[in-house]
Amino acid sequence: MSLITQLIDGLSLGSVYAVIALGYTMVYGIAKMLNFAHGDVIMVGGYICYEIMVSAGMPSILGILAAMVVCTVLGITIERFAYKPLRKAGSLAVLITAIGVSYFLQNAAMLIFGSETKTFTSVVPSFALAIKDLSISGLTLVTIVVSVVIMIALTLFIKKSKIGKAMRAVSEDKDAAELMGINVNSTISVTFAIGSALAAIAGVLLCSTSKGIMPTTGSMPGIKAFTAAVFGGIGSIPGAMVGGLLLGVIETLSKAYISYELTDAIVFAILIVVLLVRPTGLFGKKINEKV
Amino acid sequence: MSKMVPLPSKSIVPERDLDKAPILETHHLGIDFGGLTAVDDLTLAVGRTEICGLIGPNGAGKTTVFNLLTNVYQPTRGTIMLDGKITTGKSTAHINRMGIARTFQNIRLFSNMSVIDNVKVGLHNSTKESLFASLTHTFGYRGAEKKATERALELLDFFHMADLAKHEAGSLPYGAQRRLEIVRALATNPSIVLLDEPAAGMNPSETAELMENIRKIRDSFQIAIMLIEHDMNLVMNICEGICVLDHGKVIAKGTPDEIKQNPTVIEAYLGKKEAE
Repeated sequence: MSLITQLIDGLSLGSVYAVIALGYTMVYGIAKMLNFAHGDVIMVGGYICYEIMVSAGMPSILGILAAMVVCTVLGITIERFAYKPLRKAGSLAVLITAIGVSYFLQNAAMLIFGSETKTFTSVVPSFALAIKDLSISGLTLVTIVVSVVIMIALTLFIKKSKIGKAMRAVSEDKDAAELMGINVNSTISVTFAIGSALAAIAGVLLCSTSKGIMPTTGSMPGIKAFTAAVFGGIGSIPGAMVGGLLLGVIETLSKAYISYELTDAIVFAILIVVLLVRPTGLFGKKINEKV
Repeated sequence: MSKMVPLPSKSIVPERDLDKAPILETHHLGIDFGGLTAVDDLTLAVGRTEICGLIGPNGAGKTTVFNLLTNVYQPTRGTIMLDGKITTGKSTAHINRMGIARTFQNIRLFSNMSVIDNVKVGLHNSTKESLFASLTHTFGYRGAEKKATERALELLDFFHMADLAKHEAGSLPYGAQRRLEIVRALATNPSIVLLDEPAAGMNPSETAELMENIRKIRDSFQIAIMLIEHDMNLVMNICEGICVLDHGKVIAKGTPDEIKQNPTVIEAYLGKKEAE
């Protein structure tokens, strides 16, 4: 395969990472917590879509919508019952709870859907776009387009809308926002809802690419997207996008040109190097301690 | 319906507000941190259009009072009433919606957001906009958003800051950041604004402008203002009522002239005179 094809595949993978990373980074920015269960929300989204589309044989668009609805509700529920009671607890307690939620979701999925890998049919009808000797699959194309649309829409939403402003205010100074009459709890709920809906879309796209789904489907992409968020500067929305895209390209290129087996090692080694050189990530802001 | 001022204890409500119920009242308000009593038995009333000062030596508990009034701290004892309604136990955001806004001792703007967005955050609750409308950028959205922008610009213009609307709040000069904090507080449509050391770090000409602004806010918005300040010139000049705290207790209440003469206040500030 040519370098250009590899780059396009990398962008496609990277844009999915970026969409997942947005969920991590938004929740971190607003609730100041790492939601390690985010990856498993992706998996739930995949399963819901699978059940509707493959098992029930309904159109794929219904599967995607159902996945988004279920994941949104799931995200809000997780926040309400697992994280909200710990709002005043130490960050370590919340982190461990998040890992617990992650295992809970994986095991619940194992009980409900079984532990074997199921064959996922792509939500995008197979077609390919051919430009000269370059051929891009429909799924790759759709993935990139959908992700770009999501990123633009989310950026506009956060920049322009009233709720977006409230989200930015809460992420900068929760107490001051509260003193300006902003309901911090509902702002956090909205953040989880948006992040989880995005995770559902990412889950469907990922499963369509890998053509399979199992209860641990979400963990590796989840960790990679988390890496991407840290890479870009956790809490930063453009950071998550750029981090995700870069990570996807690096992963695809190292798979193609260096070593398939070493890919993950390379990806995480890059993270370590970035953090050594720029601990706040590419777009992270230095936090100045107030005197 | 309303209780008439003055309250049992000596009130600091100015005469023109005397026939109206006070906007803010506290009754025997107190808070303990562990064994330490930070504020004790605070009873006061603030008139509807009063400029009232809360002064006292460092560590007297002034900011703690502001934190109690906004429920950042929950009082151990006593009640707070805003316009006759009890606010004790309500969330901070709810109390803001009821009509108490504040600024901070160390500026706490949303410094990565633009000046106008800071004001719009203050307008949050007066802007009606459904999640659906803002997601789809339709119907209600444009109207509500336009209204909020207009209102924000109007407020900024009132303080001659409209030309700074698009700047990042954190990049403004110090004095302008202080002013913006007041604008943001006013945007929440309060009936009383609490200003925590508004003149801190200002030079004399900035302080003079601030005094003018505080009067202007009271006169134009017809609201009450309560301020914590160490600049006695400012306090004595613009406050109609002053409440002096020391070690968490009210040691004096009255008009600026009364406070200046009060031996207890002089003692708290300057220390006890040697016995002759």
